Amino acid sequence: MKTIIENVSRRRFLVGAGGFVVAAQLLPAKAFAEMHADYQTGAAAMPHGVVTDPHVFVAIAPDGLVTIIAARAEMGTGAARTTLPMIVADELDADWSRVRIEQSPGNEEKYGNQDTDGSRSVRHFIQPMRHIGASVRRMLEIAAARHWGVDDGDVEAADHEIVNRKTGEKLGYGDVAAEAMALPAPAADQVRLKTPEQFRYIGKGTIKPVDQMDIITGKAVYGIDARLPDMKFAVIARPPVFGGKMASYDAADAMKVPGVEKIVVIEGTPAPAKFQPLGGVAVIASNTWAAMNGRDALKITWDDGPHAGYDSAAFRAEMEETARKPGVVLRDDGDAEKALASAAKVVTGEYYLPHVAHAAMEPVTATASFADGKLAVWAPVQSPGGTRDELAKRLALKPEDVTVHTTLLGGGFGRKSKCDYAIEAALLSREMGAPVKVIWSREDDIQHDYFHTVSVERIDAGLDQSGKVVAWRHRSVAPTILSIFAPDPKHEAPFEQGMGLVDNPFDIANLRCENGAAEAHTRIGWFRSVSNIPHAFAVQTMADEIAAAAGRDPKDMLLELIGPSRIVDPRKSVKNFWNYGDPVEVYPIDTARLRGVVELVAAKSDWGKGLPPRHGLGIAVHRSFLTYVATVVEAAVDEQGKLAVPRVWTAVDAGFVANPERIHSQMEGAAVMGYALARYGEITFKNGRAEQGNFDSYKVTRIDESPAETQVFIVEHGIDVPSSGIGEPGIPPFAPALCNAIFAATGKRIRHLPIGDQLST
Amino acid sequence: MLTLSVNGQRQSFDGDPSMPLLWYLRDELGLTGTKFGCGIAECGACTVHVDGDAVRACITPMGGVADRTVTTIEGLSTDGSHPVQKAWYALNVPQCGYCQAGQIMQAAALLATNKTPSEAQIHEAMAGNICRCGCYQRITAAVKAAATGA
Ligand code: FES
Ligand code: FES
Repeated sequence: MKTIIENVSRRRFLVGAGGFVVAAQLLPAKAFAEMHADYQTGAAAMPHGVVTDPHVFVAIAPDGLVTIIAARAEMGTGAARTTLPMIVADELDADWSRVRIEQSPGNEEKYGNQDTDGSRSVRHFIQPMRHIGASVRRMLEIAAARHWGVDDGDVEAADHEIVNRKTGEKLGYGDVAAEAMALPAPAADQVRLKTPEQFRYIGKGTIKPVDQMDIITGKAVYGIDARLPDMKFAVIARPPVFGGKMASYDAADAMKVPGVEKIVVIEGTPAPAKFQPLGGVAVIASNTWAAMNGRDALKITWDDGPHAGYDSAAFRAEMEETARKPGVVLRDDGDAEKALASAAKVVTGEYYLPHVAHAAMEPVTATASFADGKLAVWAPVQSPGGTRDELAKRLALKPEDVTVHTTLLGGGFGRKSKCDYAIEAALLSREMGAPVKVIWSREDDIQHDYFHTVSVERIDAGLDQSGKVVAWRHRSVAPTILSIFAPDPKHEAPFEQGMGLVDNPFDIANLRCENGAAEAHTRIGWFRSVSNIPHAFAVQTMADEIAAAAGRDPKDMLLELIGPSRIVDPRKSVKNFWNYGDPVEVYPIDTARLRGVVELVAAKSDWGKGLPPRHGLGIAVHRSFLTYVATVVEAAVDEQGKLAVPRVWTAVDAGFVANPERIHSQMEGAAVMGYALARYGEITFKNGRAEQGNFDSYKVTRIDESPAETQVFIVEHGIDVPSSGIGEPGIPPFAPALCNAIFAATGKRIRHLPIGDQLST
Repeated sequence: MLTLSVNGQRQSFDGDPSMPLLWYLRDELGLTGTKFGCGIAECGACTVHVDGDAVRACITPMGGVADRTVTTIEGLSTDGSHPVQKAWYALNVPQCGYCQAGQIMQAAALLATNKTPSEAQIHEAMAGNICRCGCYQRITAAVKAAATGA
């Protein structure tokens, strides 16, 4: 509540301080790149592109307090509310202790793309944020020069002051803020970016994450914490099977629960699911507990619909059959079939990776207030602009009548890119005529997830007499995320194929990638690092299997498979090659960098050293979100099959690094989540229903079994090497490195995740 | 009607005595620092102190806290000056931060009874608190730092 009120007043303050609000300025990609004489990313091609108007992002009060707008969502990487504002502040040469961050509402016309997904924040916005900061610094200099009546070449802004070089006089940023911010944005050639030696915050890792103190004192406001006067609390009974609907219900007992005020039926939407609510029966009450008890008292008959028979064990067998037959050919270098047929030895691996649920610690939730034809929503959404558009559409409102306030996100991991829960809150507030908060229980959150896909990956590798790999055929079978947008697609989309399948960097003359058909029987969605999880698991486990078959050291085998330093360009053989939405010229597949992280992590982990019995090291490397990550895991498996991970080493090459401190935390966290994925992560389906519901059945990593120590090594680059993703790339190499380590420790090969009790049987 | 003390203030409650303390704190008192993560004592996000002991507010009925003293993250200190909070701040423990109030309350309760916990004791005490972002390495280090005053 407190924060909400402050936000409102802060917005007024911002407009007042700036004097006026300038319409957003959209720059075409080419102009933007030229303006920076720098490199071009895919940022401008995203919906609503990039806005670089400094008036939109910066305001300076008369006392010198600088307000920087965070337009993207903060879910723990630090990118949205710390790193990007810090970049602005550095180029503005502001004193960080006199900077405050204000979260913008969802409005992509004004702020540019806000979809906080795909590990894009720093990658796409480091340049625009630098430009914005430097523009304001220039505007302050021009205003100060006018104040003194001198040439603007004679003044310089630094450290929250503008100095008159002729006279030594000084003005604070606040002294000329009104005049400065009334100036138009300077032309690109008038804006001087700092040289890297001049950076005071960028690249240093010394800035505290901005919400740190609020978090540790309990003041930070997450989606679940939004409070409005006279707010009601709702929980919803949703169809237990995707595609099902409510056939009939009896709410008499529910209405008898003290505190329950109203029952509302929410219409589901026919498939494809999109970001729409699943429908169901909502219980609205005066507090969460009453709403939950009311829901327990509902009697509902469900019509389970077309996916009532979904059984994940049977589906796995079906996918395995598919993977044993030829699929659609996506990449075909040389002649893999012929080379396999004539190989001296063929190594085959069939890998299975189940559905997993995001299970962010904050279940999805939203609070909405619909009154007088206007809607306001407070929610932990990764895409506030997209949420606003979806809400406007579903409630038939004009976008300008919808305000989406982005709270902090208690974890996102891709789940909170889908705003079904915000739509639920909006519909219920409209029905109730009062503000409504929708609470999802943990069971709701896990069972009605947009699940990570389920995959079978089959790789056949052919070796010649000398043990050299001469053929590689990778068949991938997995329901596609496209299934939530289009009726019944059965093949991976280019954006899924490009995540570790067709972008295979190995130096193998005969290399073929295929994709077999698979139908989706539940909602499939992005999960932190997405299709890289199954693809990298298969490729990196197979590399280790080949090493074992050929009697080679796994690290040496991996480097041999990668081959010499070169640029791999899959566009030669892959139609619609997807490079994470960024230009291949700017972000090529550079095997020198892939080799670099392998060699770095091998050196740091003392690869090849002696280990105690039943300990082993495993290695894996993967490029995802344009970042290269190699991981070595030390596994220890005792006689009873109990697994421990005493140490992890990770080497990261993410181009120029803006905030190394938060990269360390992301990589440390990726080891913990990677462990959960490998060891426990599995949602199974029976009769169309997810069988797990809470942390007792859907286990995640706990502190007493977590990798005890993760050391992170960042490859250093200058600002000229384009920054790449950080939030996701730590995940893909972890599981294969762990399972390769288990093989080294025990000789037991893990081809199916999760590891579960495979080590004790 | 029952009364209890929350962060040093006297409160009275005459609702459903089976209502978990968690929802009373969050929905009725507006003390939203205490988080909901599972509702079944599996995650620790809702950890508060009742008469100094770390308990899971999500399974603690209001009927069970009559005449007792509850401390939430908001009452641990108002300015982050508790040694555990100071250590958390110094080491930049949180990522998304959602689990951290529960982690801090659990760690504070541990250190109140064991001033020099071993790593194994830290892990044992903290094993009920899930962090999905994976801050465990720093949590362990921060508990040690808080214990030694480092
Ligand atoms: S919410 Fe109480 S332990 Fe999870
Ligand atoms: S910091 Fe995100 S769950 Fe712990």
